[in-house]
Amino acid sequence: MLSPADIETLLLTFKVASITTALMLLFGTPLAWWLARTRSAWKGLINAVVALPLVLPPTVLGFYLLVLMGPAGVVGELTNWLGIGTLPFTFAGLVVASVLYSMPFVVQPLQAAFTSIGTQPLEAAATLRAGSLDTFFSVVVPLAKPGFLTAAILGFTHTVGEFGVVLMIGGNIPGNTRVVSVQIYNHVEALEYTEAHWLAGVLLVFSFTVLLVLYSAFKTHPVAHQLR
Amino acid sequence: MTFPISARFQLDYGAFQLAVDLNLPNSGVTVLFGHSGSGKTSLLRCIAGLQRAQTGFLKINGKVWQDTERGIFLPTHQRPLGYVFQEANLFPHLTVTGNLQYGLKRIGKSFATEYIQHILNLFGITHLLDRMPDRLSGGERQRVAIARALVLNPEILLMDEPLASLDFKRKQEILPFLSRLHRELNIPVLYVTHSQQEVAQLADHLVILAEGRVLTSGPLAETLSRIDLPQAQDREASTVWPVSIAEQEAEYHLTRVAFDGGILSLSVVDAEIGTPLRVQIYARDVSIALEAPTATSILNVLPARITGITEGQGGQSVVRLQVGALPLLAHITRKSALLLGLQIGMTVYVQIKGTSILN
Repeated sequence: MLSPADIETLLLTFKVASITTALMLLFGTPLAWWLARTRSAWKGLINAVVALPLVLPPTVLGFYLLVLMGPAGVVGELTNWLGIGTLPFTFAGLVVASVLYSMPFVVQPLQAAFTSIGTQPLEAAATLRAGSLDTFFSVVVPLAKPGFLTAAILGFTHTVGEFGVVLMIGGNIPGNTRVVSVQIYNHVEALEYTEAHWLAGVLLVFSFTVLLVLYSAFKTHPVAHQLR
Repeated sequence: MTFPISARFQLDYGAFQLAVDLNLPNSGVTVLFGHSGSGKTSLLRCIAGLQRAQTGFLKINGKVWQDTERGIFLPTHQRPLGYVFQEANLFPHLTVTGNLQYGLKRIGKSFATEYIQHILNLFGITHLLDRMPDRLSGGERQRVAIARALVLNPEILLMDEPLASLDFKRKQEILPFLSRLHRELNIPVLYVTHSQQEVAQLADHLVILAEGRVLTSGPLAETLSRIDLPQAQDREASTVWPVSIAEQEAEYHLTRVAFDGGILSLSVVDAEIGTPLRVQIYARDVSIALEAPTATSILNVLPARITGITEGQGGQSVVRLQVGALPLLAHITRKSALLLGLQIGMTVYVQIKGTSILN
């Protein structure tokens, strides 16, 4: 059975993933929009930076973040100067790291969705008196709905599954930074295989269900055909 | 004629350059005609503000939409225009009604007005209102797209080859709507096409573009009869006359129509006396005689004055004539021109072997 400590890690994981997903959609949407539309020479560089967490070992990303956000790092000095203190081993630090780590899973589906919309509906909207922000919400968002759905689900599930980055930057503080993946590791280290089974099972069922829903929804999704 | 639309644009894309300076009327249909790559679509997009010319000046009905010298550029959504794209370009996530209402909501106008009912009836789309765009035929989609632009009651309607993506049958289905539109709504239209048929059927004013430049701009009849331009040599060269029905000769299945300077007999047109029509006369159907032929099977023989002669290719001469107030082109052989001794200023008789009615 799940112990209260295990349930706490599950809830914390859910909280981290929810906040991270919200932040990723907030920052990732304009970024993906820019990447889909721009002809700037910077596009390649920014694309590469966003995609980096896909190939980088999470421990490498976590290590650099730890150094940057630590008391001697640039970001750390800034947050200290702002009176927030340093971010490593805090909930906020965990969220910041998760946002960077899972960003490609949000930006890439959005960018693909925006690109496939093309310029035609945007031009039609402009000739029908809609300004750019208006066009974004009245035309782009509805047309890119499948992209947003994919981005949110992939971003959320990927954050739930993170381990390496958390270990480097968040440590193992109960109720603060101890998420499910770390808790499973703790159980296994303590040879508590039954407890590990329970938690691992919850994650397996959760991930599989989400993907099943995602893939079956897309087959019949009313706006899926618009992505051609 | 006044020209309330002035448009000057310079665009440089390296391989393609656009340099135009046009004054256009703000009534009737102005057709921008040219082959692909002539710059006609770029010009239309510059007028809409969808494309931004490096140097440009655009003034419509006294309002400046663009003036690079003064740093003025009105973004597309602030220009009171209607735009019809080559593909209907309806919003796929909205019903026909949703598409029609999209612009109306943004100018704070209601959908339930007589004007809008009139447009829905005009385009025959009242029964399609609840459909999604993917449940419409190509022709229906384009009709909805035109109505969507028109319900805003724009100051000018810009149309970019609206029939190009449709097959022959669908084209025939929409052309009458466009002709009617032009008669029933007092909205000036700028219409881009590469089809001579659409020019003949719709244009009041014709602008011919080639390689990013304006070859000529003027009233349709005048522009079509310019013998210094290559299109006068074309096998399909023709002139278009505005006429109106004067008399029905039911026993002969003929209709007599009046034009500025005379009367023509056409095969029967079932319409009331006074109905305006367009008659297209191909240059290859016009022959020339020095004296009025007394015994001929050809009904339409009219006095005319030669206003220009040019030698074309393959032993052909193109003769420009004035019949009453209207210009006419004739393709004859160079040998005939020499034997008859045709000269500018001569009075001759033209025999018109065939006419086609355009609307």
